[in-house]
Amino acid sequence: MNAKVSNKFIISKILIFICCIILAILSISPFIVMLVNATRSTTEIQQHAVSFIPSTHLMSNFKLLLGKSFDPVVGFLNSFIISVGTTTLAVYFSSMTAYGLVVYEWKLRDSFFRFIMLIMMIPAQITLIGFYQMVYKIHMTNNLAMLILPAIASPSMVFFMRQYMKPSLSLEMIQAARIDGAGEFRIFNTIAMPILKPAIATQAIFTFVTSWNNLFTPLVLLTDQKKYTLPIMISLLRGDIYKTEYGAVYMGLALTALPLIIVYLLLSKYIIAGVALGGVKG
Amino acid sequence: MKKKSFGYGKWGYIFCMPFFIAFLIFSLYPMLYTAFIGFTDLQGIGKTTFRFLAEDPFANYKAILSSATFQTALGNTFKIWICNFIPQLFLALLLTAWFTETRYKVWGAGIFKVLFYMPNIITAATIAILFNALFGYPMGPVNDVLTSLGILSEPYNFLVKKGAGQAIVIFIQTWMWYGYTMIILTSGVLGISPEIFEAAEVDGANGWQKFWLITIPNIKTILLFTLVTSLIGGLNMFDIPKLFLLGGPDNATLTTSVFIYNQAFSGSYLYNRASAASMIMLVIITAISAIMFYMLRDKDEEALKKERKRQERLYRKKMKGERV
Repeated sequence: MNAKVSNKFIISKILIFICCIILAILSISPFIVMLVNATRSTTEIQQHAVSFIPSTHLMSNFKLLLGKSFDPVVGFLNSFIISVGTTTLAVYFSSMTAYGLVVYEWKLRDSFFRFIMLIMMIPAQITLIGFYQMVYKIHMTNNLAMLILPAIASPSMVFFMRQYMKPSLSLEMIQAARIDGAGEFRIFNTIAMPILKPAIATQAIFTFVTSWNNLFTPLVLLTDQKKYTLPIMISLLRGDIYKTEYGAVYMGLALTALPLIIVYLLLSKYIIAGVALGGVKG
Repeated sequence: MKKKSFGYGKWGYIFCMPFFIAFLIFSLYPMLYTAFIGFTDLQGIGKTTFRFLAEDPFANYKAILSSATFQTALGNTFKIWICNFIPQLFLALLLTAWFTETRYKVWGAGIFKVLFYMPNIITAATIAILFNALFGYPMGPVNDVLTSLGILSEPYNFLVKKGAGQAIVIFIQTWMWYGYTMIILTSGVLGISPEIFEAAEVDGANGWQKFWLITIPNIKTILLFTLVTSLIGGLNMFDIPKLFLLGGPDNATLTTSVFIYNQAFSGSYLYNRASAASMIMLVIITAISAIMFYMLRDKDEEALKKERKRQERLYRKKMKGERV
């Protein structure tokens, strides 16, 4: 009886393991093909599109890629400026708003919180035409600030921060700091912010990645090639000028994906813990 | 205590002010402006002057609602979302059941989680163009594998077939998101008190029964959360359909977001039509999320009430016990 049960267990354990291996292969094989093909010439790719042996055309693909409109350095820098700016503003001002909601008692507090829950669900896409027209009228379409400043109002992050702050921030400590004569902003910066560090780290990673990967709003606002973000640069690979240059296209894709893959593998423990936390808190 | 903190009330307004101002400028005003443009004749690149359509204010709405392309886009959006959500949820639940079942102890579960979630973190634009290259014709990697394995006798041009194009977009969405859903659900299951499972085991419940009778009811809130966020994300799907096949072939992968973008920023720059379409989407999203949120919040409060009652009962029992 016991042997039978444990046999059944071993079999299902092996079956589960095989299923997981198949899914894992499915998850990474596109990226492996991409990385290998980035080193192969267009002719080699046309003869056999799948190979696990890297070839020697890394540099020629790279030159071919940069010879046209694709400029990864400009894209990288612009994306970096936008992502850092967005993350900093979103994290700081969301913590501040959450602090205002948790620590103080004011008449409109509950209505304001309900209001934040309400607007959490409005996607940016919906307001885009009006946003574009507004920005166009003040001649700021190619100004990166227009992509950064909206992060001051990040409703879902306020919601998350409030949920995190409520049990972890002690009002007695704030009261004590007040008695010591500290101002309200000083208390927020020196007492509340350090306590929020774990929540800030989680939210910062996701805001950064979301902003880094964002295509829609930048695609609409930015028309100057010098202001293009990385996702817009990537979209150029879909254009006619790279149509037959398979090696160069794989090279461009690899250049944009590889930094993310490396950072992800290094931080995966924290990122996955962060995703899990977001689900529970949300 | 209440009286003491009253004097600080104004700080609440001060701390929330930047959020509110930014919201007014960057969200509320653009939204009202979008709604307004929907009632005007604003068209053409670089134009900023417009006229209110006094004779027929809803002309743009009528044009959009009766447009065959918009109807196709709306249909595609729902179809692509539903067809990706069902397998995504199924896979995520299956993996959750495996990963949280302590008796199985899946080998390398940690590494698998990392790999399953990876596609979600990579730029969607990169993934869309990568899949375009992977399904290339005649000698893309997928065709190469399928012909060398003998599954296809000759290369198949996936990218010009309507059904294949849609199916690949659905596949990409599922592939990108099942890992995320799995992690969320797993964390929900791990939050269930182990005592409940132990009690069920004592009662002789098998794995299947435990999953359906304990796990699922206990993660209902998280399932609803997943459903709402996935639906809203799905209704705004843009990067993959826009870059994978540019909405084609024959509008088969055209979603409403791509439709709105194409209306406003290509061709004849129909800002007014795009605005009307945006507002229609806003109404749809608001209606759906209002319904779901109502369900979600009710459940939450119910659970809280139950929990409070349970603890009260426990407390009373304990008190009685101590007295005896």
